[in-house]
Amino acid sequence: MLDDFLLRALLGGFGVALVAGPFGSFVVWRRLAYFGDTLAHSALLGVAFGFLLRINLTLGILVICQLLALLLFCSQRQRLLASDTLLGILSHGALSLGLVALAFMEDVRVDLIAYLFGDILAISTSDLWWIFGGGGVALLGLTLLWKSLLAITIHEDLARVEGVPVDRINWTFLALIALTVAVMMKVVGLLLVTSLLIIPAATSRRFAGNPEIMAISASLIGCLSVGGGLLGSFYYDTPTGPSIVVAACLIFVLSLVSPKKAG
Amino acid sequence: MDTLLDITNIDLIIGQRQILNQVSLQLKSDEILTIIGPNGAGKTSLVRIALGLLQPTSGQVIRRPDIRIGYMPQRLHLDPTFPVTVKRFLSMVGKKQRDQVVPRLQEVGAVHVLDVQMQSLSGGELQRVLLARALMRDPDLLVLDEPVQGVDVHGQTELYQLITRIREQRQCAVMMVSHDLHLVMAATDRVICLNQHICCSGTPEAVTNDPAYLDLFGPQTVKQLAVYSHDPNHRHDNCGNCCKGGPCAR
Repeated sequence: MLDDFLLRALLGGFGVALVAGPFGSFVVWRRLAYFGDTLAHSALLGVAFGFLLRINLTLGILVICQLLALLLFCSQRQRLLASDTLLGILSHGALSLGLVALAFMEDVRVDLIAYLFGDILAISTSDLWWIFGGGGVALLGLTLLWKSLLAITIHEDLARVEGVPVDRINWTFLALIALTVAVMMKVVGLLLVTSLLIIPAATSRRFAGNPEIMAISASLIGCLSVGGGLLGSFYYDTPTGPSIVVAACLIFVLSLVSPKKAG
Repeated sequence: MDTLLDITNIDLIIGQRQILNQVSLQLKSDEILTIIGPNGAGKTSLVRIALGLLQPTSGQVIRRPDIRIGYMPQRLHLDPTFPVTVKRFLSMVGKKQRDQVVPRLQEVGAVHVLDVQMQSLSGGELQRVLLARALMRDPDLLVLDEPVQGVDVHGQTELYQLITRIREQRQCAVMMVSHDLHLVMAATDRVICLNQHICCSGTPEAVTNDPAYLDLFGPQTVKQLAVYSHDPNHRHDNCGNCCKGGPCAR
């Protein structure tokens, strides 16, 4: 019989991996890895925000991630700076601001490592609700946007000419990614969120002939990584979040030496 | 014969830069209009304004209200990780057009790439597939931004012939951008020579003899030739690489 905490960890991990697959595929296709990083790095600021307002910390993270996504969307449209410069400023600025803000709160002691690298073994039932509720909303939203997003991924102007409301779709998509990142925080931590988005997606590319298969197999490969990482962490007493990412990397490397199925 | 597109006195200023200056043009429902001009002349901006993707700073753009536009973009930046076949790419236009995929590929002579991944197409095949996509919705107006980009000279001539044939069969209007007049000449009714403002316009023959056109393309080339003098230390190796001074590396 599985221990309760292990069962919750497995459920939470699978939930996150399922959501990460399709979103990670878009992150890879649209080269948004740095964007995901920036959102994740703002999570500490969200934690501080949550403490300050005495609200649920995941809700705090969610609010800050959404605000940052909105800020990024608006500033990218202004084209004031190259987007990777802008992302670099926001990413590291938000991370540092979060650390400084937490240091100012004298009566607050947080387990920094848990936020940086995730604490999947400490997932509570309410965390599971967040993961499956938030993740479910994100996936449902993505399904509704799916066709338009694919069209935009191929060519934004072409999509516009063919009648896709590009700005509205892009904005909603960023909000959904922010939701996904906030939900994923608990499992892999803010430093590793992007890896669980992009590594399974990059792995599944070799076996996918169309976008849907790639997204679904990315989810499955993510689940496999979570399972492998948990198992490894259980037997070798290694930190769980990083173990999951190591498992994902191993699967990626294995996929490189396996025969290619689809171009 | 009605007017599909009527652009009057367009100005486009982005930041401090004047991109377009008092540009006007009309497009009738069955003519081929080619916009030529050097890099940075504002050709793509003008096309984007015609498509409604970009708002001019001032001036008026009137499109016939029920117009169907087929657009062929200049480039496709597809990430190599994005798995999509030609069939899927063309089906994306819409459910109603799904049965159009094969006939449109036949029309552009590229039906053999139906199940090929987009990223493995050759330059010429990619342009044909993009053209097929522009044709999917039975357009009144085809807007082609540098339709022969990334295609060798032989393929370019073929593509222009294809565009001419499509126009004749469909009786649709074509607005295209090119930076080379010679190959387009046979495929176009009217040419607009653009360099922020309209330098000259008319039939291809009239434009090639227009002083404004020569000013923009001709004398510059002539001048460069005149200034060139032989540098005794300037040699080329047998691979065509330049080796200043000293002996060739190979």
